[in-house]
Amino acid sequence: MRRKAFATAALVALGLAGPLSADPVDDKLIVNGETELVTHTKAPDYIDGLDEIWSGWAFRAAETRAIEADDFDNPGMIFVEDAEAVWNRVEGGAGKSCASCHGDPSSMKGVRTVMPKYNEKAGDLWSLEDYINDCRVNRMQAEAWGWNDKDMVNMTALISVQSRGMPMNVAIDGPAKPYWEKGREMYYTRTGQLELSCANCHEDHYGDMIRADHLSQGQINGFPTYRLKNAKLNSIHARFKGCVRDTRAATYKPGSPEFHALELYVASRGNGLSVEGVAVRN
Amino acid sequence: MKSRALWGIALAVGMAGAAGAAERGPVTYAADINFAEDGSVAESLTGKPGNPENGAQVLAQKKIGNCIACHQVTALKDYPFHGEIGPSLDGVGSRYSEAQLRGILVDAKKTFEGSMMPSFFKTGGFIRPGIGFTGKPAKEPLPPLLTAEQIEDAVAFLMTLKDE
Repeated sequence: MRRKAFATAALVALGLAGPLSADPVDDKLIVNGETELVTHTKAPDYIDGLDEIWSGWAFRAAETRAIEADDFDNPGMIFVEDAEAVWNRVEGGAGKSCASCHGDPSSMKGVRTVMPKYNEKAGDLWSLEDYINDCRVNRMQAEAWGWNDKDMVNMTALISVQSRGMPMNVAIDGPAKPYWEKGREMYYTRTGQLELSCANCHEDHYGDMIRADHLSQGQINGFPTYRLKNAKLNSIHARFKGCVRDTRAATYKPGSPEFHALELYVASRGNGLSVEGVAVRN
Repeated sequence: MKSRALWGIALAVGMAGAAGAAERGPVTYAADINFAEDGSVAESLTGKPGNPENGAQVLAQKKIGNCIACHQVTALKDYPFHGEIGPSLDGVGSRYSEAQLRGILVDAKKTFEGSMMPSFFKTGGFIRPGIGFTGKPAKEPLPPLLTAEQIEDAVAFLMTLKDE
């Protein structure tokens, strides 16, 4: 990758570069003309395989990048508005809404940057979805949402937007460490009949084309992500499942311990990139 | 190739059963294969020559080999979107023998250790194999990614890709 970037630069200097360059675009993402997001920075020192980290935004076409830069154009923001209505909706035996305890959604500022995190009381690694369901079941006495229910994914988007522009900063030490190590092992394990690991595509070949797809680093700082492909918001675990399936492997379930561990490890590879809230991708 | 050493570590850890995710059965192929030391396979898998026209389809079609997902091939420029994961296959028939190309298609990892290339005739020894692209668990042996005939056809096509 890095060598190829130099080669491309040299060709550009000589005026020999072809019309297509597959490298990530070193452009600035400024949302609504005011909030500049970090989409490219130095890799955390505990990630051996990368020197630099790039948001998936830098690998998308100019038109797709432009959609994310304006909330009026970003279809993901419609789902955030839906979640705002749900935030204020009283549900369950306790007669409460999210707002009853938390007030304005802006009280969630910073929450997304540290997810997933080890929850002392539960003695387990919790994603944002687990915190939301804990509130629903134990405080609201309402029914838990499914991991990929529309209301759940939209609510994670509303909460993510509150941290827009803040750097991802998940903890990987202390009680989180065994989860992180399990996630790292999964990242480098070649699964399925195609025998592909996450690293094969997203560490060794980011920036390269695989048929018509431009491989990114598989960063999750922009999630939940609006995909042009299915015209809705997509959760991190749903995306993981799609990727594992594409190696012709038996997938894990969204919300499974395996995907929690993988989420922590992949999130840690993006520590330093901004929470995008909400990204737009293919 | 940055992470080849890391795969080694990951696989070693996995095989120790840390997550139970990396259990796997013995490596098997859709037929008995005699690999030479260098990973090449001298004997035809079908006992007869392949058809290069059909082989071009094996390389180009998404539902068959989809080789151009990763490799650029000028002779197949009418089919859109050639990838850049592996090397260009232009002139590959001058660089390798038929036996070497067959070996690479059957199981590239025998020729290039740690290669990202799938093993197209392998039927067992996978981690968490699934049924096609359904995400559901599969029982080994799996049908190979390509049949013996398709591999021979692809080899015949690749042998036509000579340096100018």
